[in-house]
Amino acid sequence: MTDVNREMTKKEASVPEGVERTMPRRVFKPDVDIIELKDETVLTADLPGVDEHSLDITLEKNILTIKGGVEQKIPAGYRLAYGEYEVGDYERAFTLSDEVDKDRIRASVKNGVLRLVLPKSPVAKTRKIAVTTA
Amino acid sequence: MLWTDLDRFGFQDPWRTFDRLNRATSGLLAPSMSEFPMVNVWMDGDRAIITSELPGVLPTDVDISVAGKSVTLRGSRTTEDACEGECRHRRERWSGSFTRSIELPYLVDQDKVEARFSKGVLELTLPRAEADKPRKIAIKSE
Repeated sequence: MTDVNREMTKKEASVPEGVERTMPRRVFKPDVDIIELKDETVLTADLPGVDEHSLDITLEKNILTIKGGVEQKIPAGYRLAYGEYEVGDYERAFTLSDEVDKDRIRASVKNGVLRLVLPKSPVAKTRKIAVTTA
Repeated sequence: MLWTDLDRFGFQDPWRTFDRLNRATSGLLAPSMSEFPMVNVWMDGDRAIITSELPGVLPTDVDISVAGKSVTLRGSRTTEDACEGECRHRRERWSGSFTRSIELPYLVDQDKVEARFSKGVLELTLPRAEADKPRKIAIKSE
């Protein structure tokens, strides 16, 4: 047991004030891990119930938006006797820095986890100047 | 979670609601006692479906055991940790192992339990044991 003891509730995604969603279903903010490696930044997001068909990733200017649709299957004839979590869609947006090579972004989904690889652009990589002692 | 009092309390145990309220008001001061993973339980007379969201957990890493009225889920998940030093921007996803027991209001037919895992969502179908089903008593008229 490492950090699973913390409160595990779904966080609702934010919408601008006064703006409503067209569909009366809940939208949650997925938990993400973002790590920066030498050549790329890797974003991992927990999206249970989402597969490659219901996932929509868009990049407009510098805003990367992840939208995942979840189809709630209510078993026929069953009633919810005890509920701890709610099912809803996922949405989250990030601002990317200029150094991401937008043409080479790769995304894959497996077991409800999205892995998004954001490679650094060669321009940003060569911008690094090595300093040596004289 | 005990289900034995379900019929008496109806839909949800009021103590649980109190507990939630208490936790919400005490905020960060009280250590979290929330159970993990969260489950939803669907009932249909003599069958129950338990669903749980376990993204990134491999089916081989989940251990489901049924004993009498209770079902226990055990499993673990490790998150990618390929970086050294200060390369972590965000770390929100859970990692580690979990154990969760759920008690149903009837004896479970252990041989007929079905488990499905798709898109990171676990779905367990738990039928009631034949021996535990209420017996119908025929009335003789004279």
